[in-house]
This record gives sequence, structure tokens and C-alpha cells, in this order.
Amino acid sequence: MTYICTKIQTIRLVVNMPKPFYTYFVAFLMVSLNTLYAKTSNTKDGDTPSDLKSEIKAYILHHLEDAHDFNLLSYKDKTSGEKVYIGMPLPVILWDNGLKIFSSSKLKHGKSVVQLGENHYKLYHGKIYKTDAQGTITYDDHDHPANIKPLDFSITKNVVSILFTALLMFFLFRGLAKSYQKNGRIAKGVGRFFEPIILYVRDEIAIPNIGEKHHRRFMGYLLTLFFFIWFLNLLGLTPLGINVTGNIAITFCLALITFVITTLVGKKYYWKHIFWMPGVPWPMKIILAPIELLGLMIKPFSLMIRLYANISAGHIVLMSLIALIFIFKNWIGSSLSFVLAFSISIIEILVALLQAYIFTVLSALYFGFAVEEEHEDH
Amino acid sequence: MEKLINEFSFGLFFWQLFIFIGLVLLLRKFAWKPILDTVNERETSIRDAMNAAEEAKKEMASIQEDNQKVLKEARAEREALLKDARSNGAEIVAQAKAEAKAEADKIIAQAQEAIQNEKRAAINELKNQVAQISLDIAEKVIDTELDSREKQAQLVEKLLKDASL
Repeated sequence: MTYICTKIQTIRLVVNMPKPFYTYFVAFLMVSLNTLYAKTSNTKDGDTPSDLKSEIKAYILHHLEDAHDFNLLSYKDKTSGEKVYIGMPLPVILWDNGLKIFSSSKLKHGKSVVQLGENHYKLYHGKIYKTDAQGTITYDDHDHPANIKPLDFSITKNVVSILFTALLMFFLFRGLAKSYQKNGRIAKGVGRFFEPIILYVRDEIAIPNIGEKHHRRFMGYLLTLFFFIWFLNLLGLTPLGINVTGNIAITFCLALITFVITTLVGKKYYWKHIFWMPGVPWPMKIILAPIELLGLMIKPFSLMIRLYANISAGHIVLMSLIALIFIFKNWIGSSLSFVLAFSISIIEILVALLQAYIFTVLSALYFGFAVEEEHEDH
Repeated sequence: MEKLINEFSFGLFFWQLFIFIGLVLLLRKFAWKPILDTVNERETSIRDAMNAAEEAKKEMASIQEDNQKVLKEARAEREALLKDARSNGAEIVAQAKAEAKAEADKIIAQAQEAIQNEKRAAINELKNQVAQISLDIAEKVIDTELDSREKQAQLVEKLLKDASL
């Protein structure tokens, strides 16, 4: 974890992006959380932490991860002492020598073993493992579960959020496109708000970075990317407890698409710049080629880590500050925490937009490099 | 790094890839293309309209200029016409005067000539009458006796007195 944090910082230095002040704080926080997380894992019973602080930490870490059901809140029933969850179950889809589909309510948040034919499945720390009928989890030397993990294509909380965002975007922008036809080429309704943003993406992100000639090809991707990240970032700030853009699989996927597009559209000039840098003596060319090749990988990697780290950090800070209210339990400390949490929330709304902007700008910049044509001043 | 790899869920990656690429393709066809096309069209039409307005403004100005020019020319022409008319009038009057004067002079000259002729005729007549009277006197003188010289002189004197001219 510390390694990642330093990695993040080096990558940040590489791309030279502005950094919100609190990410340092978060880097520290993540390190401390991680050590604690390791401790609670070592007890092999993460569901019943001993004190309030570790409960909060487990809760935050749990929130950051994807879930197999859409829970809004949970509480402990006073009479039975059992945890009661309020929310909806989602379908679990497994590939384990054939498709296995069942409702996540059967998993009972890891408390019960699901039997499907001869196979038994158990949820353990957010992941589904294949177990025996009793649901025993065996551990390897590093205290990681050694059980087989079937391929998990479940419609998880994050998948539901992505689907929701996709539908929202489709109807929103389809509506805008339709309102043009109906209203004589002038946007109507909510489209009036989004039209200037679309124009901003075109005029301030795509055209300056890619160029007037080629930008049209990339507009579809850039616009979708921008609104997708922005909407999901904002959705993450709602009390629904969603953390999609702070998930490494999501940011990896987005960065991968940017990387694939950059590689596919790369012209002769772009590849020449990587493998045989023009305008430098030949020993330098040999030295520069591996560096440039490494840069090729670092660019999407930095995209992936930047979005992941910023959004995760925001969620951790915000939840920690809210949790502080319950830790202090006095008028001064709790109200101070509330004010802090409130101001960080406002900043997070800005960060949501900023991160979507940065991801889009950098993607456009990389596309611009790829389609750049040879000109005289090089 | 280990935590990140541990956190990576292939299922979520698969769904994200699937949904996101689907979303890009769908939005490209049904939203971004019509939106960007419309916006471009609108921008071109606005630019065209502005250019047309600018053109119209220029045309208007040139028309106005032309009008001014035509007006100026018309004014100058009128001025010239008036001037012409005025000078023509004066000329005509002068000519008329000159002609009138010439005519008058001619008439006066004719009149004078006529007077001269009459005068000459009158003098001739007078001369003839004087001769006649002289003859008559001579006859009477001859008729009466001219004895003395004194008588003759008295007679001539008497006759001359009678002969009133």
C-alpha cells in the first residue's frame, strides 16, 4: 500500500498534475487503514470488530469495495443481536463449469452457504468462494483464502450503478438530440444546461489537443467518457454509498480503452517519435526508445491510478470525517467534524468535475499525440 | 500494488467494458452525432447570417452613397440648367435689343433719306416755280412799258414784294 502511494506520487510528478492538499493526508490515512485492515483480517473475523474505531475502519473499507447487494443501511437488532440490512438483493452470476445464477439474498452477507447442485458457494470479504457444505475457508501462508474463486459476472452494486448511469446518459442526450429537431435547432429543457458543456468539451478539450482536422473522430468517446466519469463521481457523493470511479477495475477499463484507441490511431510520426526520436544523435535515440516505450505504458497507468486514488481518497476522507462525529461524541468535536465534512463535500463536488475533466483532457492529449502529423519546426 | 490486484474484479471489468463500449456506440449514433451536427449547422447558419447582414449593411451603405451621388449630380445639373437658362435669356434680350436698335436705326435712316428726298423734290419744285414766276414777271414787264429805268426798278421792286416765297 505504501508502495502504491509512493507510486502515485511518482506518477503525479511524471505527469505534473495539480494535487489537492488532502491527498497527502489521505495517503497517510490509507497507510494506517491498511495496517489496521491487515490486523482485522488476521483475526479471521472481520464482521465483528472489537471497538468502534476498527468498526468504522472496516465499514469504510467495506464501502469502498463493490458489493453483491444494494444495501442502503444496516443496524443491529436489539433483541436478537443480529445485523439487519435494508436494501435490495442483486443477481449473482457465476461461471463454474457452466452458468450459475442465484439471488444474492441467499448468501445472507456471508453468513450462509449457497448450495447449487453439488457446488457450495460462500461470500467472504466481498468475494465468492467455492467451499464445502460447511463453508470452510482454508488459508494459505499469507493468510489469504486458498479456496477456488469461480469467475464472478454478478450484477453487483457497481454494475447496477453503471447501468443506471448509462441509461440516464442515453435518455438525457437522446432527449437533447431530439429537442433540437422539435425546437428548431435550439436546445430545450435540461439540455440547455448540458449543451454548453458539450461545446466546452469540443472547443476547449478536443480541438486544442487533437486539432481541428481529426477531433471529430474522437468526440463520441471523449464526450461519453467525460459525462460517464462526471456522473458516476457525482453519484458517488450521494448517500447511496456508491463508489464506482474509485474502483480499480473501472478506471483500468477506461484507461485501457484510451490506450487501445491511442495505439490503433497512432500514425507513422507518432511511432517514429517513440522508437527513433528524430532530431537527436543516434546514441540518444537508443536510450530514448525504451523510455518512450515505458511512457506509453505509464500514460494510461497514470490515468487509471489518478482517478482511482482521487475518488477513493475523497470517499475515505469524507467518511472518516463523518465517523469522527461518532468518535468525538461531544459538541465541539462533533460539530467541527460536521463543518469539515461539509466543506470536504463541497470540494468533492468540484473534484468530481475536475477528475472527469482531467481524464478527458489527457485522453484527448494522447490522441492528439497519436494523430499528430509531421511539420517543419521539429 | 498487491491490494490493487486483489481488489480487481474481472466480472466488474467485463461489465464495465461491455456497457461502456455499448454506451459509446449508442450515444455516438443517437446523441453525439445529431447534437454535434445540429450545433455545427447552427453555427454555420449563424455565421452565414452574420455575413449576410454585414453584406446587406455594406450594400445599403453603397446604395446610400449612390443615392447621394445621384442627388448631387441632379442638383448640379439643375444648377447648370438654371445658369444656362439665365445666360440664354440675357443673350436673347441683348440680341432682341440689338435687333430692335438696328431696325430703329434703319427706319430712322430711311426716314432721313425720305426727308432728304422730299427736301430735294421741294427745292426742285421751288426752283421750277421761281423760274415760272420769273418768266411771268418777265412777261408782265415786257407787257408794260418799260420807259424809264426808274420805273423798271420800281416795278421789279414791286414784283419782288408781291412774289412771296
